[in-house]
Amino acid sequence: MILAEQIIELTTTRHNPHVDPFMAMWEWQIPIYLFLGGMVAGMMIISGYFIFSNRYKVTNCACFSIPFTALVLISVGMFALFLDLAHKPYVWRLYTTFQVKSPMSWGAWILLLIYPALIANILMKPSPWMLRFIPKLSDISAKINQHPFLIKNIGILNMLFGLMLGAYTGVLLSSMGSRPLWNTSLLWVLFLTSGLSTAAAYVHLIAKNKEESELLAKADNGFITVELFIFVMMFLGLLSSAKPHIEAAQLLLTGPYAPAFWVFVIGLGLIIPLIIQLLAVNHKIKHTPIAPILVIIGGLILRFIIVEAGQYSHWFNAHFK
Amino acid sequence: MPRYGMVIDTKKCVGCQDCVVACKTENNIPEGYNRDWIVTEVKGKFPTVQMEIRTERCNHCSNTPCVSCCPTGASHIHEFGGIVLVDHEMCIGCKACVEACPYDARYIHPDGYADKCTFCINRVEKGQNPACVEVCPTHCMYFGDLDDPNSEVSKLLQSRKWHVNLPDAGTEPNIFYLI
Ligand code: SF4
Ligand code: SF4
Repeated sequence: MILAEQIIELTTTRHNPHVDPFMAMWEWQIPIYLFLGGMVAGMMIISGYFIFSNRYKVTNCACFSIPFTALVLISVGMFALFLDLAHKPYVWRLYTTFQVKSPMSWGAWILLLIYPALIANILMKPSPWMLRFIPKLSDISAKINQHPFLIKNIGILNMLFGLMLGAYTGVLLSSMGSRPLWNTSLLWVLFLTSGLSTAAAYVHLIAKNKEESELLAKADNGFITVELFIFVMMFLGLLSSAKPHIEAAQLLLTGPYAPAFWVFVIGLGLIIPLIIQLLAVNHKIKHTPIAPILVIIGGLILRFIIVEAGQYSHWFNAHFK
Repeated sequence: MPRYGMVIDTKKCVGCQDCVVACKTENNIPEGYNRDWIVTEVKGKFPTVQMEIRTERCNHCSNTPCVSCCPTGASHIHEFGGIVLVDHEMCIGCKACVEACPYDARYIHPDGYADKCTFCINRVEKGQNPACVEVCPTHCMYFGDLDDPNSEVSKLLQSRKWHVNLPDAGTEPNIFYLI
């Protein structure tokens, strides 16, 4: 590297697998998990909001179909996380301790809280196929429905745990001071908003209730706009920080990850769907699945890029790698 | 209770890699992995270019992101001299600590746990030096108690100029390089 005509050259004899020439410890499992975790978080917040705001009284409310999908998705995400562990038989060690300073330990316990909240949401109105398998569920459901106060609390719990899950996926990465790209306090807001956006896109896609579908398309436009704003703030923060942070931001803005970032995350994942959905909610064009599908794929690619570029970013200048 | 650290004289280190081999032998490091390694740094502007050769390893930092991120408590600061260690039995191989170390000093052992320099705690507990310090043919490495003002390491730090690696990362390393 030439720095004001100064030469700086580092050579190392270290060659640990997945560490050198650059960190590639976390592979596909982690972005998949972060994406599913974020989307499930958004689904819980949306479903919880529908319950809390009494929308659940509408028979075809999406809050009855969201939680089961969320349960499946978070289980797939947790399985991906399990696959990532190098010492799989010891996974139970996560649950014999609670490490206050470790976001991963928080996450492990938050994941446990999510199941009862989602199951309570499912039990409010189990699907016919569930009742066929376990007829007793209808008694439980009847009991829950006798208590509107309990139902409100199920809504609140879903929103609260959803918020915790969505935020923690970002905190997990941003707590790592070692990786300059991740080390921004806006990452959790970005991941939470992206999670809400992908979840809104999903509900827009599947909602049987036209009003809900329209509402979520509008909400998603809001989430996408906020997400774009957060990106600007995040880059401003990184670019006005120390040199490793500036170099980290440049990885996405102009560096090796820029094409994927600009095309798939910003262009196809946010701006194009925003334009399509703006036209749709203003009744200029019909609602199509294209925009929500693009949003969901964009959210997935965002996690891949952030995880990979974050591992590439370093306190030593990237070109030493 | 001591606080162990290492002082390495970069004026003496010739990069012969004896410390690397000693570590591999002492700690049975799997083939293709390193707990310690040699870095050669060349910097400056022609014709005043400088070269520093140094042996690197886990810095047994005082502020340990690798320990605080660990979800199981496997990564810990040993009560014996503040040495940073990994309990192989407790580690689930989540790799968080590997990501958290700004020096990339850790790796995942083929047996599934996070691994790195232990300052040869097995030897240190017996009053011996770490293997790398013991074998260095130029005697460029010094190991000892940083909290004891009369220790060789403390005296060297008082009498010579030194630097640590990546001070801005905020980990407060306990490996010092004399310049
Ligand atoms: S060098 Fe890395 S692994 Fe060692 S104590 Fe410091 S942060 Fe932890
Ligand atoms: S890999 Fe092991 S030592 Fe490292 S953070 Fe995970 S559980 Fe802790």
